[in-house]
Amino acid sequence: MQLAKEVKYLIQKEVVLEWRSKYTINGVLLYVVSTIFTCYLSFVSLGKDDKLVWNALFWIIMLFASINGVSKSFLQETKGQQLYSYILASPAAVLISKTVYNILLMLVLTTVALGFYTLVFNDYSPPDLLLYYVAVIIGSISFSTVFTMVSAIASKAGNGGMLMAILSFPIIIPVLILLIKLAKNAVDGLPWENSYDEIAMLLVVNVITVATSLLLFPYLWRD
Amino acid sequence: MNKTWWKILASVLVIYTAIAGLLLGVPHLAILNETIRNLYFHVPMWFAMIVLFSISVFYSVKSLSTKSEIDDIKAVESVNAGIIFGILGLITGAFWAKYTWGQFWSFDPKQNFAAISILLYFAYLILRNAIDEEQKRAKISAIYNIFAFPMMVVLLFVLPRLKDSLHPGNGGNPGFNSYDLDSRMRMVFYPACLGWILIGYWVYTIRFRIRSLEVKQQQN
Repeated sequence: MQLAKEVKYLIQKEVVLEWRSKYTINGVLLYVVSTIFTCYLSFVSLGKDDKLVWNALFWIIMLFASINGVSKSFLQETKGQQLYSYILASPAAVLISKTVYNILLMLVLTTVALGFYTLVFNDYSPPDLLLYYVAVIIGSISFSTVFTMVSAIASKAGNGGMLMAILSFPIIIPVLILLIKLAKNAVDGLPWENSYDEIAMLLVVNVITVATSLLLFPYLWRD
Repeated sequence: MNKTWWKILASVLVIYTAIAGLLLGVPHLAILNETIRNLYFHVPMWFAMIVLFSISVFYSVKSLSTKSEIDDIKAVESVNAGIIFGILGLITGAFWAKYTWGQFWSFDPKQNFAAISILLYFAYLILRNAIDEEQKRAKISAIYNIFAFPMMVVLLFVLPRLKDSLHPGNGGNPGFNSYDLDSRMRMVFYPACLGWILIGYWVYTIRFRIRSLEVKQQQN
């Protein structure tokens, strides 16, 4: 129960901090919107039939936006802040609260992005929007769980941005491939039975990631 | 494992498989023809790689609890040796693909995922280079190594099953271990696997000894 209480307070802290500055959420939202707009202007010559290209493009935009959004969680904190939360809460609580906060952030971000994407690319709206949205939700969860841990590793290594990209890409590629496949099923309008494999696979990957993160984070946390 | 008998065994097995693999009879199958012999040289590379990476994860776990420098060196040197075998596996696979699929690299899912899992370990080595302080380096890289290992398992063993691949054993192509691997091939294939795994382990022990001597020299 102690853990649940700590997690609740830490999430509250994150949300309040974010609400006061509104820097991350606005920054990343603007990043996504301008990237989508840039992509639209650069790819405008593609025809209606290139739905798969639109799908891949959407996920690549999401990938970079989430790296930028989630990497802040640990990289932004000063040494003093980390020490302070280390004294106050257990490492598991810190990791869980960061992950949950990142999931919330990514859910807002991806929902807005998907809305804007379907608005800008008028011809492009997947026939099975609900399944596509399921893919987007699972995508936000997976990106958050993986990137939270990797950003913790990168911040401890003390060499921010570039390490974050190098370390996270090979790990996220399997997830990304599964997500694109799932989203492609939605674009093709296949019945839901065809997607259960991918959904189950993604959930399993998430469970593995969260479990290994929880096991490893206490070692990473203490200096 | 300081004895020499297993080193002799490994050498004998690998020499035997090199000779027998090229000379003994193999089943004649369409498209594959004589390239089926690549089984003896390509597949053992991956087995050796997996064994070496597993050793690395084992010592990473150990180094997190013991915090000893020896375990850290063991973890990184087994990754170094494993990467050699991974690259050899990619090269032998590419040559086989040239004669059966027509191209060295045709972006088959198996090829891609194998390449990505090698990238994962290059990232591990770069992470090590980024940190100067030894104990911190040992801890953080061990954590990344353990974190990345399940992903590599997913990449190599689970994802290729979900995608259409031309690789034997995938997408309706007969696998070597179903009905093609007759008793003649087993006679060479199993010794080849054992031999190359032992050779991989040998490479790793040599690298580990050189590295620990270097560390000792620096400390004096």
